[in-house]
Amino acid sequence: MSTQTTASERTTLNTLKSTKPGLWATVSALLRKELLIELRTLESVPGMSLFSVTVFVIFHFALHQNTVSGDEASGILWVTLLFAAMLAVNRLFVADSDQGGFDSFLLAPVDRSALMIAKALALLIYLLVLELVAVPAFGLLLLGPSLGAAMPDLLAVLALADLGLALIGTLVAALAVRTRARDLLGPLLALPLLVPVVIGAARSSSPLMAAGHHGSMQVRWLMTLALYDLVFGLISYAVFDFLLED
Amino acid sequence: MYGRGLRALSFSTVAALCVAFSLVFFYAPLEAEQGFLQKIFYIHVPLAIITLCGFVFGAIMAIAHLRTGDQRWDMRSYVAIHMSLIFAVGVLITGSIWAKGSWGHWWVWDEPTLVSFLIVFLLYATYQPLRFSIEDPERQARYASVFAITAGAFVPLNFMAVRLSSAYLHPRVLGSTSNLPAKMGFTFVICLIAVALLYATLYKYEMTAKHTRAQLRALRRRVLSDETTAPRRSFQGSTAPGLRPSAPGGVLKMSAVRRPD
Amino acid sequence: MPLLAQAFEKRSAAYLTRWLICAMLSTSRRESEGTADTNRLALELMGLERRFGERVALSKLSLSLERGATLVVFGPNGAGKTTLLRVLATLLRPHAGKVRMFGHELPAESWALRGRIGLLAHEPLLYRELTTRENLTLHARLHGVSMERVEQTLEAVALGSRAGEPLRMLSRGMVQRAAIARVVLHDPELLLLDEPRANLDPAAGELVEPLIGRSSGRTRVISSHDPASGLAEADLVLGLRAGRPALLQSASSTDPDEITELYR
Repeated sequence: MSTQTTASERTTLNTLKSTKPGLWATVSALLRKELLIELRTLESVPGMSLFSVTVFVIFHFALHQNTVSGDEASGILWVTLLFAAMLAVNRLFVADSDQGGFDSFLLAPVDRSALMIAKALALLIYLLVLELVAVPAFGLLLLGPSLGAAMPDLLAVLALADLGLALIGTLVAALAVRTRARDLLGPLLALPLLVPVVIGAARSSSPLMAAGHHGSMQVRWLMTLALYDLVFGLISYAVFDFLLED
Repeated sequence: MYGRGLRALSFSTVAALCVAFSLVFFYAPLEAEQGFLQKIFYIHVPLAIITLCGFVFGAIMAIAHLRTGDQRWDMRSYVAIHMSLIFAVGVLITGSIWAKGSWGHWWVWDEPTLVSFLIVFLLYATYQPLRFSIEDPERQARYASVFAITAGAFVPLNFMAVRLSSAYLHPRVLGSTSNLPAKMGFTFVICLIAVALLYATLYKYEMTAKHTRAQLRALRRRVLSDETTAPRRSFQGSTAPGLRPSAPGGVLKMSAVRRPD
Repeated sequence: MPLLAQAFEKRSAAYLTRWLICAMLSTSRRESEGTADTNRLALELMGLERRFGERVALSKLSLSLERGATLVVFGPNGAGKTTLLRVLATLLRPHAGKVRMFGHELPAESWALRGRIGLLAHEPLLYRELTTRENLTLHARLHGVSMERVEQTLEAVALGSRAGEPLRMLSRGMVQRAAIARVVLHDPELLLLDEPRANLDPAAGELVEPLIGRSSGRTRVISSHDPASGLAEADLVLGLRAGRPALLQSASSTDPDEITELYR
């Protein structure tokens, strides 16, 4: 079977691919690859979920308490989610760095921010799946008051906080992956940057976990979270290209 | 080139610092509530302001570096952040002393500015480990600039977030300086100028040292590259049909080298 | 704006944030569309230099290569062959000198060249956990190439039957063939091949010849360790030693011994 392409065939081929893939096509291709690899290797999400459940158990022993509520509960939940997120952040770009994924992406005629968007979306999905496990586990193991009525509010907090974790996590992961001390630098860089997210998330979810009648959530914490997400989303989008090129 | 004006700057800094300290101890009145301890405010707040300005300058210079690719901007950004980090230690120490004197604890969570400072300090403390864990200098500069921009944007947001979250139990004595009596206000401004001069002088010193070292390296590179082994086979340009010869003289250059005595 | 101001209890903070965002946006460089070029030369290097910190990886490199011709680069390890290929692939930026490919100058116009270059590196640049087909599908989507072409290329490298297995289960020769498939999938005008014959048995070598060999008709830059076979493929020969061109001449006037000299 002839595999040579004559000049005319090549022209046809070139016109077939004359349109560069658009941003969302690229993002979806990359996201699909991410999720496929995660499904095959199960590297991030099961580890994160198991880690969070274990940490809840450790908190029980460390605090010597059967149930927690209010500020304490909120704090424990968010600290656990934060550190579990760090596990995923450490792994986010490792496959690309080690297996030449950066190179093959850089050779493609696509907008380079697509990589950032795809990775942030992937990390967001991992965090959402993590919370599907961790929040019920938390409710079961440690949380005193029931979460039922407060769920919609809690979901809003989770969504915004996860977005912040995803955006900053992606930026920091990209920064840390090609350095020598990649596992250490990731969390070291991310944790201070995530303090406002923790503030916003913990403060807004603490009235939801108050003993007795749960209070209403203050919108200003949500606003803080949303604004922080927006600013850092834009910054990450602007500077990400510089992390990829050489 | 960077060293120009350094001596004048140093002298004016020393002079300003002397003036500032004498003002603090002899001119400014004792504050009613806190007494002598309040005077630490004259060094703590200027240090804090200059530190934050330094971080913001570091971010601005990092933006310039990414836009132009000029390594000098990266050097400036690095020195600015480095200096600010050192000053930040001063802020934390003076803040701690003030806290101990006022409330009896070496650290209090109620002063949101101090707490924000701690977080910012922890973030910028990772700047140098980040830089030194990347071997390729160009990439190191680029990643450091990305970090400086991110961290620079983080500083104001962090202050806002922490201030939002702090309990408003203790009045923020170190906050508003707008209602200071004239003598204290004047002293404060002089102290601010003195600390700014100190920053500028130290900054210039470090820039000069770094620049000189970079020039030395460049000179050494040039000297060495002219001395490196010439290829054993002589360069043969050729003209074969269908192939253009490469540009002559662009490939090898054996310039005479003046050896340093 | 009132909502933002309320959130931060200070109007100035909101304005600052908005200014910051605008400033950030203007620091990013964005892609734009390319223009057609009719330059006869595929490659023009003039005084190319590339450093890694203090170490000079490439220096004072100048040559020209016409479309459809093949340049073979020889040299001992560490001479700069891979660096040269990576610069030509637009993965590394030149530090000095000029590089012009198909009339576009690097690095300012690198975007116009992407999608027209195929790089075969030491590593396959493929994900080990994905199957060959999935890897090539990703590559196809990133380059705007159709799925039929993916199947066509898989057949061309004789991996059609094993395209559904994860890459880590394939032998090295098959991985090399998969990498070659990736390289030619988007039908590039310029091939950059880093020791393409490595890990290929003679049968596989024959198989990929029409794709990356002389008969493919593409402009090629090949790095090679084998003087005899390398010379056979070449139109222009470049010998590198410690980043400098020690040898630059047409293949017809080159002796294999001259190349072996490079390795002393």
